[in-house]
Amino acid sequence: MSEQNKDPLVIAGKSYNSRLLVGTGKYKDLEETGLAIAASGAEIVTVAVRRTNIGQNPGEPNLLDVVSPDRYTILPNTAGCYNAADAVRTCKLARELLDGHDLVKLEVLGDQKTLYPNIVETLKACEELVKDNFKVMVYTNDDPIVAKQLEEMGCVAVMPLGSLIGSGLGILNPHNIRIIMEEAKVPILVDAGVGTASDAAVAMEMGCEGVLMNTAIAAANNPILMASAMKKAIEAGRECFLAGRMPRKKYASASSPLEGTIG
Amino acid sequence: MQIQVNGDSIEVRDGATLSELLDQLGLAGKRVAIELNLEIIPRSEHGQTALRTDDQVEIVHAIGGG
Repeated sequence: MSEQNKDPLVIAGKSYNSRLLVGTGKYKDLEETGLAIAASGAEIVTVAVRRTNIGQNPGEPNLLDVVSPDRYTILPNTAGCYNAADAVRTCKLARELLDGHDLVKLEVLGDQKTLYPNIVETLKACEELVKDNFKVMVYTNDDPIVAKQLEEMGCVAVMPLGSLIGSGLGILNPHNIRIIMEEAKVPILVDAGVGTASDAAVAMEMGCEGVLMNTAIAAANNPILMASAMKKAIEAGRECFLAGRMPRKKYASASSPLEGTIG
Repeated sequence: MQIQVNGDSIEVRDGATLSELLDQLGLAGKRVAIELNLEIIPRSEHGQTALRTDDQVEIVHAIGGG
């Protein structure tokens, strides 16, 4: 982009034009992944770290061939980790995998049914990772006290859930997200729960710094078109927030002048 | 000698290095990270790091996730 963005998203000192962060899971194939991510306009893209399948299709294309670290800021996650030790180990492997890149998405989960964050283990992992100079973007619940603690521990962004991961239920407790934002000195991003474009717009209209989503795009009938819809929703929501919405009124207020009517 | 790679037993040459292991598995030049007995071995040291019997090796890569 040649024109300087006057309203960048700043995470750990780096500026981004897009406020939409996207995952790479659940796509039909790598081609669809690449096309959807390009259509979303996202610059920060999450990936998971898993064991390499030994002896199976060694020649198959790699995700990072499609989502190149030269073009995107790769955000490795700790999805699938249920305790602090596994999450820290995964982050260290990710840093080696990405040649010292130290921005990570920490998520330590509580159980498989809800994928709700285990806050005790999240705080433990966070402390260790910050000490080890990782830049931590942390997935958490919508508890304002916990969000503040994570910020004070040194997280570069705090990412409360809108609703459960992959549920598509939208932002169930906007009041808590508002309280979290009021107190925050680091970017607050809604992570998880967005189901459709209006959910993303609502988050941005409230003043969230950004939204991270995966399933809402990947599980759409046409993921590439949905990625484009989400890009617009995020931009519209942000502009709406900056513009400042009109106050709500109980009764009508005519838009056309009342004087000079005929008859 | 036998070592464990991602939980499976694998036969490698006695004293093989991590680089040789990656070659043997068809993973040479691929973007992977390696942990040897729970310790991360940087890519630059794969060529000098010799394996021993019963070593536990984890090889990971990036896949789709949210």
